[in-house]
Amino acid sequence: MQTYDLESGDLRCLNASLHAQAEATNQTAWEVVNPRGSHAIAVGLDAPIEVNVKGSTGYYCAGMNKQATVHIHGSAGPGVAENMMSGTVIVDGDASQYAGATGNGGTLVIKGNASSRCGISMKGIDIVVHGDVGHMSAFMAQSGNLVVCGDAGDALGDSIYEARLFVRGSVKSLGADCVEKEMRPEHIELLRDLLARGGCDAKPEEFKRYGSARQLYNFKIDNAY
Amino acid sequence: MCGIVGLFLKDEALQPQLGSLLTDMLITMSDRGPDSAGIAVYGTDDAGQSKLTVQSDSPGAFDGLAEKLGGALGAAVSLTRRDTHAVLSVPAGQADAARAALRVLAPDLRVMSVGDTLEIYKEVGLPKDVAARFEISKMTGTHGIGHTRMATESAVTTLGAHPFNTGPDQCLVHNGSLSNHNSLRRKLIREGMQFETENDTEVAAAYLTWKMQNGATLGEALTDSLDDLDGFFNFVVGTKDGFGVVRDPIACKPAVMAETDQYVAFGSEYRALVDLPGIEQARVWEPEPATVYFWTHDTTSTPDRRAA
Repeated sequence: MQTYDLESGDLRCLNASLHAQAEATNQTAWEVVNPRGSHAIAVGLDAPIEVNVKGSTGYYCAGMNKQATVHIHGSAGPGVAENMMSGTVIVDGDASQYAGATGNGGTLVIKGNASSRCGISMKGIDIVVHGDVGHMSAFMAQSGNLVVCGDAGDALGDSIYEARLFVRGSVKSLGADCVEKEMRPEHIELLRDLLARGGCDAKPEEFKRYGSARQLYNFKIDNAY
Repeated sequence: MCGIVGLFLKDEALQPQLGSLLTDMLITMSDRGPDSAGIAVYGTDDAGQSKLTVQSDSPGAFDGLAEKLGGALGAAVSLTRRDTHAVLSVPAGQADAARAALRVLAPDLRVMSVGDTLEIYKEVGLPKDVAARFEISKMTGTHGIGHTRMATESAVTTLGAHPFNTGPDQCLVHNGSLSNHNSLRRKLIREGMQFETENDTEVAAAYLTWKMQNGATLGEALTDSLDDLDGFFNFVVGTKDGFGVVRDPIACKPAVMAETDQYVAFGSEYRALVDLPGIEQARVWEPEPATVYFWTHDTTSTPDRRAA
């Protein structure tokens, strides 16, 4: 296993080393110690490696991730796993605002709570939050799945497109054009898989599904150019 | 951007370290704003004395000032000089008279703060340089607030630096930008408030002062600010015995807090908190939007959530 100490080492060197790992690397296990809330740790990875960050991170940890598994053994600052393409990011603690923003693919698991704007403009990522999410989560979410085992804050799913939102607890308020939808058997099956991938033992039957009513002006063909 | 740090000590044993802890926290936030920096320190309460912290860019401005002010007040006045700032100690209850006298005796002096325990030091420059000029790291105190500024709404000047003194022993720092500060400034000028800059945060400070002059508590004034101020804001406020935090309903400016048996701490980022004693065991959380948090030495916080 490769261990990198951010107290004595430079962040750019760490990320350059991680970027240098090719598809067939045999250095698949990495540990980053003393992250001390630093920004941009393990950003832009593109190899099937596992990076364990032993502590809390600052802005944009694991942003733009492809293939890699990044496990944060602490809490994450704003924009964790922003624009992730594939792979897995796990946060043992809480995540600050806009976790998983604009994510195209992969799985983001937050074992604590996520703050405001979780999954904003998500484009295919799957996000599983064991706790609560803050206000404006899944704002303009385009595709993918957001699973919230706790409660959701104000304006959930405002101006949502085709993403699916599953919430077990209460929803403080729904955003514009976001409505509760029927949980059909295929949604139960989808959610069962998402919960298993997220390491969560909640029962899919306990969740409600929310999605787009498709009533905003952008859904009306007469408004198209 | 801007960076804010705050530290409210519960454990008296940490008081000698207040200045050094706050200085290190603020230096960590330097890349959130390189324009100006300031620190408000609540020091020991010397019963019978009030303090005015004044600033001047002219090296000779403080010469003989204590004697002149003492003569005008008919009382003993002492002066402690720190770089461009000086702290004037006057008999308790004479702070307003001293301020009025200074307008005549030294009209070019800028009053940074007035209070029994509060001293505010702020200048243009990086946190490490500003803190070194005033030897903040040697200061003892019960609580303090620091700010490093990336200017967006007005000029980079000493008076545009934070913290702002909002009333006796009260101070305010701000991360964000207010969009209705011009109209609110006009309204407050009609109400008799005075302004020295075009700065948006000065309007927020004057707003809180005006509210409190009209009978509101600080908590009530902060709660009202959620209705009357338009824009983005994280405010951290200090009083003689208290420490408060409020974020606007959108809450896009970053904030993280930590609490242990020894302290309550605020940072724009977690990075600012990592060297605090016992941080590994602290309760760390993000303050909720549109919620007023307030701690005093006698009570624990009771967050007052306001509908967003």
